[in-house]
Amino acid sequence: MALIRDMAVQGAQMLLVLLLAPLFTGFVRKVKARLLRRQGPPLIQPYLDLMRLMRKEVVLAESASWLFRIIPYLVFAATWVAAALVPTFRTDLLFSWSADLIAIIALLGSGRFFLALAGLDVGTSFGGIGSSREVMIASLAEPAMIMIVFTLALIAGSTQLSTMAEFMASSAVGLRVSLGLALIALVMVAIAENGRIPVDNPATHLELTMVHEAMVLEYSGRHLALIELSSWLKLILYVSVIACLFAPWGLAPVGAGATALAVGVAAYIVKLAVGGFLLALFETSIAKMRVFRVPEFLGAALMLGLLATLLRFVSGSF
Amino acid sequence: MTLTIVLAGAAALLTLGLLAVIIGRSPAATRFIYGASMLISAISLAAALAHLLGAAAPENVTLPVGLPWLGAHLRLDALSAFFLVVVDLGAMSASLFALGYGEHETAPQRVLPFYPTFLAAMTLVVCADDAYTFLFSWEFMSLTSWALVISHPRLPENVRAGYVYLVMASFGTLTLLLAFGLLAGPDGLYTFAQMRAAHPSAALGALALMLALVGAGSKAGIVPLHVWLPLAHPAAPSHVSALMSGVMTKVAVYGFVRIAFDLVGAPVWWWSMVVLALGGITAVMGVLYALMQHDLKRLLAYHTVENIGIIFIGLGLALAFEAYGMVFAAALALTAALLHVFNHSLFKSLLFFGAGAVLTATGERDMEHLGGLIHRMPQTAFVFLIGCAAISALPPLNGFVSEWLTFQAILLSPELPSWGLKFLVPAVGALLALSAALAAACFVKAYGVTFLGRPRTRAAEGASETDAFSLAAMFFLAALCLVAGILPGLFIDALAPVSSALIGERMPVQIGAQWLAIVPIAASRSSYDGLLVFLFMVISGTLAAFAIHRLASDRLRRAPAWDCGYPDASPVTQYTAMSFAEPIRRVFGTVVFHAREHVDMPPPGDTRPARLTVELHDLIWEALYAPLVVGIGVAADRFNRLQFLTIRQFLTLVFCTLVILLLVLAIWP
Repeated sequence: MALIRDMAVQGAQMLLVLLLAPLFTGFVRKVKARLLRRQGPPLIQPYLDLMRLMRKEVVLAESASWLFRIIPYLVFAATWVAAALVPTFRTDLLFSWSADLIAIIALLGSGRFFLALAGLDVGTSFGGIGSSREVMIASLAEPAMIMIVFTLALIAGSTQLSTMAEFMASSAVGLRVSLGLALIALVMVAIAENGRIPVDNPATHLELTMVHEAMVLEYSGRHLALIELSSWLKLILYVSVIACLFAPWGLAPVGAGATALAVGVAAYIVKLAVGGFLLALFETSIAKMRVFRVPEFLGAALMLGLLATLLRFVSGSF
Repeated sequence: MTLTIVLAGAAALLTLGLLAVIIGRSPAATRFIYGASMLISAISLAAALAHLLGAAAPENVTLPVGLPWLGAHLRLDALSAFFLVVVDLGAMSASLFALGYGEHETAPQRVLPFYPTFLAAMTLVVCADDAYTFLFSWEFMSLTSWALVISHPRLPENVRAGYVYLVMASFGTLTLLLAFGLLAGPDGLYTFAQMRAAHPSAALGALALMLALVGAGSKAGIVPLHVWLPLAHPAAPSHVSALMSGVMTKVAVYGFVRIAFDLVGAPVWWWSMVVLALGGITAVMGVLYALMQHDLKRLLAYHTVENIGIIFIGLGLALAFEAYGMVFAAALALTAALLHVFNHSLFKSLLFFGAGAVLTATGERDMEHLGGLIHRMPQTAFVFLIGCAAISALPPLNGFVSEWLTFQAILLSPELPSWGLKFLVPAVGALLALSAALAAACFVKAYGVTFLGRPRTRAAEGASETDAFSLAAMFFLAALCLVAGILPGLFIDALAPVSSALIGERMPVQIGAQWLAIVPIAASRSSYDGLLVFLFMVISGTLAAFAIHRLASDRLRRAPAWDCGYPDASPVTQYTAMSFAEPIRRVFGTVVFHAREHVDMPPPGDTRPARLTVELHDLIWEALYAPLVVGIGVAADRFNRLQFLTIRQFLTLVFCTLVILLLVLAIWP
């Protein structure tokens, strides 16, 4: 009985992130538009976009290979599995032990690896520019993320997201310098990994500084729909990770009843709304930086992460 | 019994080498030699595997060969058995690959005699139980592989590669000789058993360990002793490249592990600092060098340097933990390093086989002349992709598991009491993470430029799929990469006898964990389940594909590429290996390689093409080796005069030398 309930919770979590991801992106876009005094598209516009893309036929470049056609599914699978393992409204997910935070990051890395290959597959110069910049950004963002994980893992004594969230929610954690540094670094990495302003602009298609959009330029129809959905999933995943580590309030504990689960879901939606609002506010108040400023930005994140880890190594009280 | 089988196999391989001298030129010889090598390796592999999995007691044999009255001592314990598995697995798949690949060899009589003897030499190194047998086999291994490196002596770069390799190999053997000399002490304790029993003083042990690090490290490719490796490994035929990169570097790791964990005795904490620092630098420098390459085989060779760095990070951690008596953490770090040894031997062999298949299909190693091979060699492209994903440490493949375990070991290190280690280990962790991320970038480049896109030359356009033997070898290794990735618990358990023997502790039994997950310390702390991750990915990917094709649309139309409305038909407009690495070259290369770009832009109206030149400096070669080469040249010129002395001057010289020696003897206490 408990197993069936756990299964149901795990399934609900997977569906929840999948269903909320477009809404979250729509929400961020709406807030950004409102901040710019524009009306903006309706909140459900991403769903409509997905439906439209799904129904359309795929226009495949003549030089595209079989790999190009399976990459959208691979990227989607890797991102969805990663997103399904991040506690959103309940800590102890049924399968959360199957991948810890390092593995979740590596899963996202798999998705990026294949997406970068897709950029090179058709053999166009735009795809190449996107891929080469994406891997440059990733080569700094990933180590920064690992350093953040080290810091948090050393504080919580675990790389398991559920355990980390439980520890962060307990009173044992307190205010720590290393936590603050890790939070700043994590936000910077999340911005870079999701291609948000100031690192990349998700709203443009034809700009020399673009990264992610250049890589997926040759995709159309259902393939593009899956790629878009994966990138939205990735965004909601990062917000969920930040929320579950730094704002673990309201997460339903192990064996919680229906009320606690409802509270958990409500708290999660509130956290998403706050996160989305802050992201939109940040993006509207800052300009995009040149692509070769990005290494400095991410280098700072890496150094912050390393500093936080060093502090933890030096003394347990930081 | 097992040792007898293994030694009989080595003897058979040596005989095969002699036979190949006689029959090497006949057309059937290639198939026969490689087929027989494969069979012998398979038997030896089965024996070693049975020994390792059965956790059998060590076996000893003394053969009446070698030094008079002493004989050759040979021993098979858990560590030897594990490395024998690595050697024989690599040898078996390389022989299988060569059954097809060897047909294209233009000068088989230069390759066939040395190939089986090279395999035999590696087997003997890991079984040796005294210093003489070890060094003899080690040198034999160097020389046979050197002969394979220069098997095509007409290419000037091969000759240079062979020369640099020979010099570095001699240097490495010299330091190992000194290391064993120190361990043997004044009493001339000559077998490993005697060395183990005699506990050298801390200073002597430290000196021996550092010498072993230099000697084994120069063979394994530790920066800055790696210079020969990216020259020599690509110069050999591809199946030998695979063996040298995938297996021979592991034999060098064996040499270090044998001395550091077995012969020297209890480690001192600062030894691990040297190993860790060298490992971290090697990992990052190796991958940065690789990113700058556009020769596919050389890129792979530099990646071997990177992976050796990762292995030495694990070994350094194990030494640190062992020095402070944290045996449990030491077992974890050592298992991580050894698992990476195994994993790297799988995917590096696979990738070199792929490069060999590309080489036979197109005659090209330069990635800038390739492209679009996924259309012409779909099966090779598929397995090469698995190799690329595995070496880039992507779940659910095997490379990720060993790096994940290394990260878990790093997370245990704040408990180390030494301050030096407290500062060094996080930095090394950052270097490890950086090298993993850069490796993924590098393999996007290698795969994307070689196999994806459009063909850049006629040769790439006219390629066709490689033969069935080569494909079988590559599919076999790719399948192993996947199995080791999704069932890592089996492989970790198989390594338990090794860490029990060396450290006295083992990782917890993994096989009983739910869903075959791996739990290195405790379930609440960290766990990873490759099988579930793999299943989840397969299920969600298929589910998505099925749902979309059924519920939405499955129509598809081929059309010219979009490229933002500016498609260019010419394949030279694609990104190349050099241009792909440009952002990373700008970020890291300006410091590490003093990279400079010069743009020669003609004025408006001039129709001459613009030119971009990139200037890269190999600072390690320029700072360390170039002065050495010049110095040796100058010294040789000076000493050359000695040849032309008159007999009177010679006699004076001899007299003076004698007097000086007598004086030294007189003053010596």
